[in-house]
Amino acid sequence: MAGSVLPRWDMVLRQRSYWAAAYRRTWRGSVFSSFLVPLLYVLAMGVLLGRYVDARGGSLEGAPSYLAFVAPGLVAAQAMQTAMGETTWPVMAMTKWQRTYYAMTASPLAVVDIVAAHLLFVAFRLAVTCGLFLLVMAPFGVFASWWGVLLAWPVTVLTGMSFAGLLHAFASTVEDSTSFTILFRLMVVPLFLLSGAFFPVASLPAALRWLAQVAPLWHGVDLTRMLVLGHLRAGPAVVHLAYLLALSLAGWLLAVRRLDARLEV
Amino acid sequence: MPSTRRPETLAGRSPGAAAAEPLVHARGLRKAYPSPRSGRGGVEAVRGVDLDVAPGEAFGFLGPNGAGKSSTMRMVAAVSPPTGGELRILGMDPRTHGREIRARLGVCPQEDTLDNELDVRQNLLVYGSYFGLRRAEAARRADELLEFVQLTEKARSRVEDLSGGMKRRLTIARSLINNPDLLLLDEPTTGLDPQARHLVWDRLFRLKARGTTLVVTTHYMDEAEQLCDRLVVMDGGVVVAEGSPPELIRAWSTREVAELRFGVGEHAEVAERVADLAQRVEVLPDRLLLYTDDGETALMRVRERGLQPTTVLVRRSTLEDVFLRLTGRTLVE
Repeated sequence: MAGSVLPRWDMVLRQRSYWAAAYRRTWRGSVFSSFLVPLLYVLAMGVLLGRYVDARGGSLEGAPSYLAFVAPGLVAAQAMQTAMGETTWPVMAMTKWQRTYYAMTASPLAVVDIVAAHLLFVAFRLAVTCGLFLLVMAPFGVFASWWGVLLAWPVTVLTGMSFAGLLHAFASTVEDSTSFTILFRLMVVPLFLLSGAFFPVASLPAALRWLAQVAPLWHGVDLTRMLVLGHLRAGPAVVHLAYLLALSLAGWLLAVRRLDARLEV
Repeated sequence: MPSTRRPETLAGRSPGAAAAEPLVHARGLRKAYPSPRSGRGGVEAVRGVDLDVAPGEAFGFLGPNGAGKSSTMRMVAAVSPPTGGELRILGMDPRTHGREIRARLGVCPQEDTLDNELDVRQNLLVYGSYFGLRRAEAARRADELLEFVQLTEKARSRVEDLSGGMKRRLTIARSLINNPDLLLLDEPTTGLDPQARHLVWDRLFRLKARGTTLVVTTHYMDEAEQLCDRLVVMDGGVVVAEGSPPELIRAWSTREVAELRFGVGEHAEVAERVADLAQRVEVLPDRLLLYTDDGETALMRVRERGLQPTTVLVRRSTLEDVFLRLTGRTLVE
C-alpha cells in the first residue's frame, strides 16, 4: 500500500471502538496488576533491600536513599515491559492468529493508520501503567517535587514508546511467538537488570556500560530519575530526550514498513 | 466519500445501471512477489490478465490452487498494488485511491478474520466504525444484516462458539456493512459442509437477485456454474478462457459425456479401442471420459465392441470438463 506516509487522523480515530473493546476485555486485570506489581517492587527492592544498601553507604548518583534511587528506575523498566506486552503477542495475534489486521486493511484504513492507532493505544496503556506506578510511589516520600513527577510521567511513556515501535516491527517480521521468549530473555531481562535501575551504570565494566548506554532503557531511567529526584542537568537531559524521541519515531516508521511488507503476501 | 456514490440499500440498485463503465477494468495486470531471500525476482503469480466486470454482474474466477485467483482478487480489493499493467476499480486507480476504493468494496476473505473475542453483533459494529458509520446507523445495519444471514439468534454469542458455516455467513454480513458497490468473495464455501454451502449460496443468490455485483473466486465448478453469469478460467497466472458457463461448455466441451469405469490399469488400453467413438477421449486414473454429443449412442457402440465397463454414467458436460480440456487437470486434486 504505497502512497501516503502520514496517517489520516480521522482513520486513526475510527479504530477507537476496536481498541476500546480490546481494553474493556483486560482493563480490570491490568489495573489490578498495575497497582500490585509496583507495590511489591517498591516494598521488596526499595524498602527492604534498601535498608541493607543504605546501611553500607556509598554513592547512588546523589539519591538520598536506595528507595529514592531504585523507584524511578523501576517505573522506566515497567514502561519497557508494558511496551513489550502490548506489541509482541497482540501483533502476532493480529497478523497471524486472528488476522485482525487483514480485516482492517479491507476497509478504508491503511497500514499507516492501523500502526498509528495501535501505537497510540500502547501510549495510552503506558500512561495508565506508569501513572499508577508513580501514584503508588507517592506515599513513600521519594519525590522531590510535584512538577518533577508530572514531567517524569510523559518521559516514562516516551521510554516505553522507544521500544514499542521497534518491537511492533519485530513482531510483524517473525513467524513464531517463540521469538518473543528469546527476545524476553536476551533483551528485556538484561536491559531490566543492567540499565541503571538497580545500581548506577558507572559500576558496570566498561564494555557493558557502553552497551547499557546505547540501549534506550538507560536513557529513560536516567531522565526519569533526574526529574523525580529534582537534580536535572540540562545537557544529559536533552540527549536522553532526543535519543528516546528519535528511537520512538524510527521504530514507528519501521513498524509501518514491516507491517506493510507482512500484509502484502 | 465521493459524490458519485448512488444511494443504495440492501435492497439493491435498479438493473438499469448495467450500461455504466465497468466496476473492474484490468489490462495486462501483473503481480510479482519478491523472493523472500533476495527481495527481488521472485514468483510471478499473475502474468497479464484482462478483465471487465459490469455493474450487477456475478463474475467468477475459476482455477486450481495457485492459479493466481487470490492474488488477482487482492489487487482488485486494493490491498495489494499491481506490479504491472493497468487496473481501475470503480473508475479509480488503486495505487492512488486505495482508501476511496476500499470504502465502497465488501470483502469476504478466504480465511475468516473475525474477532474471536467480540460477540457476533460487536464484530459488525466495530467493522462498521472503520467505514465511518455512525453508531445508530451501524446498529441498524448490523441488525438488518444479522437477519439477512440468519444469525439474529446468535447476536450475543461469541464468535468462537459459531460453526464454520455461521462464521462464513457472519463474514459475509460484515462485508456488507458499508453497502458495498462491489462484493468480493474469495472461495466463499471452501471448507464448509454441503448443508452450510447451500445456505451460503442461497444468501449469495439473494444478493445477486438484488443487483449486487459479485466477484467470486472458487475451485468448485458447481459453485461457479450456479453463481456466475460470466467467468474466467485461470491457470498459471493467466486467463485461459472466458465466457458464461454455457458458452464455455459449448466452446470447449461436447454436449454430453459418457463416463466409463473399467478395471484398474485398463483405462489407457481401452481408450485406444474406443478413440473413434467420441470427439475426444480423456483418460483419468479411475475412469474414461468420452466426449460426444450423444452419450447413449456412444455407450451402445462401446458395448458392441465387447467391452464391459463396470460402471457407466452419461451426463451433461460441466465446467469441470472445460477445465480438464483447458489445463489437462481436474479442479480439485
